Amino acid sequence: MTWSEMQPLLRDACLDTLFMVWWSTVYAVVGGLPLGILLVLTDRGGLLRNALVNKVLGAVLNLGRSLPFIILIVWLIPFSRFVVGTSIGPSAAVVALALGAIPFFARLVETAIREVDHGLVEAVQAMGGGTWTIIFKVLLPQALPSLIAGLTTTVITLIGYSAMAGAVGGGGLGNLAITYGYQRREDTLMNVTIVLLIVIVTVVQLAGDFAVRRLAARGGRQAPAAGLRRLLPAQRKPATATTAPATAAPEAVSDSVPASAPEKAV
Amino acid sequence: MITTSGLTKVYRSRGREFTALGGVDLHVREGEVYGVVGQSGAGKSTLIRCVNLLERPTSGTVTVAGQDLTALAGRGPRASAELRRARSRIGMVFQHFNLLSSRTVQDNVELPLEILGLARRERERKALELLDLVGLADKARNYPGQLSGGQKQRVGIARALAGDPKVLLSDESTSALDPETTRSILQLLRDLNRQLGLTVLLITHEMDVVKTICDSAALMKSGRIVESGTVAELLATPGSELAAELFPVGGEPSGPNRTVVDVTFHGEAATQPVVSQLARTYNIDISILGAAMDTVGGRQIGRMRIELPGRFEENVVPIGFLREQGLQVDVADVNTPAPAAAPAEEGAK
Repeated sequence: MTWSEMQPLLRDACLDTLFMVWWSTVYAVVGGLPLGILLVLTDRGGLLRNALVNKVLGAVLNLGRSLPFIILIVWLIPFSRFVVGTSIGPSAAVVALALGAIPFFARLVETAIREVDHGLVEAVQAMGGGTWTIIFKVLLPQALPSLIAGLTTTVITLIGYSAMAGAVGGGGLGNLAITYGYQRREDTLMNVTIVLLIVIVTVVQLAGDFAVRRLAARGGRQAPAAGLRRLLPAQRKPATATTAPATAAPEAVSDSVPASAPEKAV
Repeated sequence: MITTSGLTKVYRSRGREFTALGGVDLHVREGEVYGVVGQSGAGKSTLIRCVNLLERPTSGTVTVAGQDLTALAGRGPRASAELRRARSRIGMVFQHFNLLSSRTVQDNVELPLEILGLARRERERKALELLDLVGLADKARNYPGQLSGGQKQRVGIARALAGDPKVLLSDESTSALDPETTRSILQLLRDLNRQLGLTVLLITHEMDVVKTICDSAALMKSGRIVESGTVAELLATPGSELAAELFPVGGEPSGPNRTVVDVTFHGEAATQPVVSQLARTYNIDISILGAAMDTVGGRQIGRMRIELPGRFEENVVPIGFLREQGLQVDVADVNTPAPAAAPAEEGAK
């Protein structure tokens, strides 16, 4: 197979992968962020403590997370067909990817939100803030670096999942690697696909790290969760801690996190 | 200004009960600085958190500025709108400052104003005014992470004042600070108390805090207030534990045939240099064994342990002289060893 033959295949597969990852990320955030917050708020000692909601929600999220993704995607074939009218192709894969990613991201959101110092919540309660104020002015802004780190992890996981979706007809780079690279023994194509995946993952990770670092530079704030910190290598203590970064507006972040950034309109 | 009556708080977990507050009646007058002291676990923190209902009392009532807050609390864990409005008029400062690291100093001070729904212009003006009041106008654009502990607490105080409160609650606000910073923060609280007529209820485990700024104090032990009153009243109470801790005196007599006398200075009378007057009038040598004195507004407050030569019988007249000056005089029992002079310093955690 020549390079000119490969090029359109690769381009289409890349676009399919990005399509799947982008939309499933959007759904993961739209679904996972509120669920993660709700999970913390309804927990014992939370603002909206409600044992029943908490238990049920926790059980559903665990169910979603305990299924191996390849099983989930097969299991969801009828549902995908119901939602998008087909069980193959990127659109069908988005359904399964989103449903797989929502519990994943929700748990990361839960960890990030839980990490916010309860004293801050109390301080805002003491000044008369209600639950919405606490969510939008305390929990989300304070957890933002951890949330971004969690989002980065989610996107990278989705890139991996999308390749798996390719195995069952989802399209994208995974599909290309399986059908051409593996079944038709196109080693070059296989290698190019792998390199492309590595490049995409690296770019996402670097972008996420950059955003977290920018946020962390705001006056030596606390580092993200221990669990997430492992995923963010070599970013401790930026040297800019003493020079006031008055222009730390998270513009680099705002397009990757549609749900949580808007209120910081400096 | 702040009144609690029959306040109890019982924590239940797995069938076991723990009484954090066992019926607390507290009365804080308008415009005074009231200190609640006690050891860790005595319930001071629960008490102050019950005052703005961050902690829901099990029974009893809390009235702040004439408003019964316990009546405003809804039944669920969520605070009713009326309670939230009442809270916005009660400032609170915390031991660990509780500033949002994601916001600048100015934005932190603006937060309560955002909750109150003030327009942006107005918020900005007010926040800068408050920062100026606490001496941090130049740090408005910094993030809390760039400030020292004392500066952070100043921001915390500015934030607490944003809602124009009549009452300020201070939950161990100086316990995380070094002694010098503690003094400057206490000075600031004192100034605010005087300038704005702010009523301050503070809890602390440091006796020095009470001594420095409190008009009144209460001692808490295992969920109850065991002593309370103005500092002068406490001093005048014989055997007051709080007075003894606020003004600890000690010292052993230098030999046999001595009379050891504890003199308590408080109120109007304590303006005269009585010790030298006593020495001159009766031509006796007086040794000062120990003293814990402060002079506030030209008036001496505190206690002093002095030794007069001779037995008690020989010193009836000089002791009468001291009593005539309006001082409280207790003859210390020489045989029992005096209590340790230093108050238990459990502060530095």
